[in-house]
Amino acid sequence: MDAVAQWRNQWFDYTHYLRREGFLDDQFAQLKKLQDENSPDFVVEVVSLFFQDSEKLLNNMARALEQNVVDFKQVDACVHQFKGSSAWIGAMRLKNVCINFRNYCEAQNLEGCLGCLQQVRQECLALKNNLENLFRLEQQIVAAGGSIPVME
Amino acid sequence: MMVGEKKIYALIVEDDRVTQMRHRMLLKRFKCESHVAGNGKEAIDLFRSGASFDVVLMDMEMPVMNGLEATKELRAMGFEGHIVGVTSRDLDFAKQVFNEAGADSCYEKPLTPEYVTSILQEINDN
Repeated sequence: MDAVAQWRNQWFDYTHYLRREGFLDDQFAQLKKLQDENSPDFVVEVVSLFFQDSEKLLNNMARALEQNVVDFKQVDACVHQFKGSSAWIGAMRLKNVCINFRNYCEAQNLEGCLGCLQQVRQECLALKNNLENLFRLEQQIVAAGGSIPVME
Repeated sequence: MMVGEKKIYALIVEDDRVTQMRHRMLLKRFKCESHVAGNGKEAIDLFRSGASFDVVLMDMEMPVMNGLEATKELRAMGFEGHIVGVTSRDLDFAKQVFNEAGADSCYEKPLTPEYVTSILQEINDN
């Protein structure tokens, strides 16, 4: 089996793993479909922007939850925005944590919110690592002279 | 977006940068020129400065000025072009309130190629 075929097999296995474990859903495939030869780094750029903006949103949530009197509506607004972004890049697990997070905001449950914030941070880190691995695999395929498979 | 042979100019009014990028790329696929405003007030200011667009894709919830307020303001200013609400909230509710504000239609976020085709058809029908 040549190098391209090996890397492509690894790519398929890895994307199946990411979908099976719920890290990515169909929206990521839709995002990839928007990428073309004129914008070959589109997905990497969108993902990079997502993590940059996530950092700010998570810090805003943390600050809001540290206040003596917590403004749960403000926290909820941040979580709503973060949920939207997560959904648009196909980050299913993150999106689901945000759904729980919003329920705790509505219930004005500080402990629940703090738990969810920690969970969101962990899921973000896991997703970032997984996507970095995926993009590295794609670079290997291209470097070996192949083309990146289409994500179904 | 192309309607007949005419290129369409779209204004994306959206505070989330990831959604901005995604919608811009999608519209580019339909050969549409797009510009971005980060909230309703920026959109209004663009129109007041003389900018002209055929269609406005209006997010519902934004800081400074939300999509409903911006839609009402644009109609009050005499904008007769197509305004499309986009929302991640309950779609039936969003359709109702966007319609009351003066929008022509409302879709769920994120826009898909099928939604864009539908919007193009709406513009064509008008």
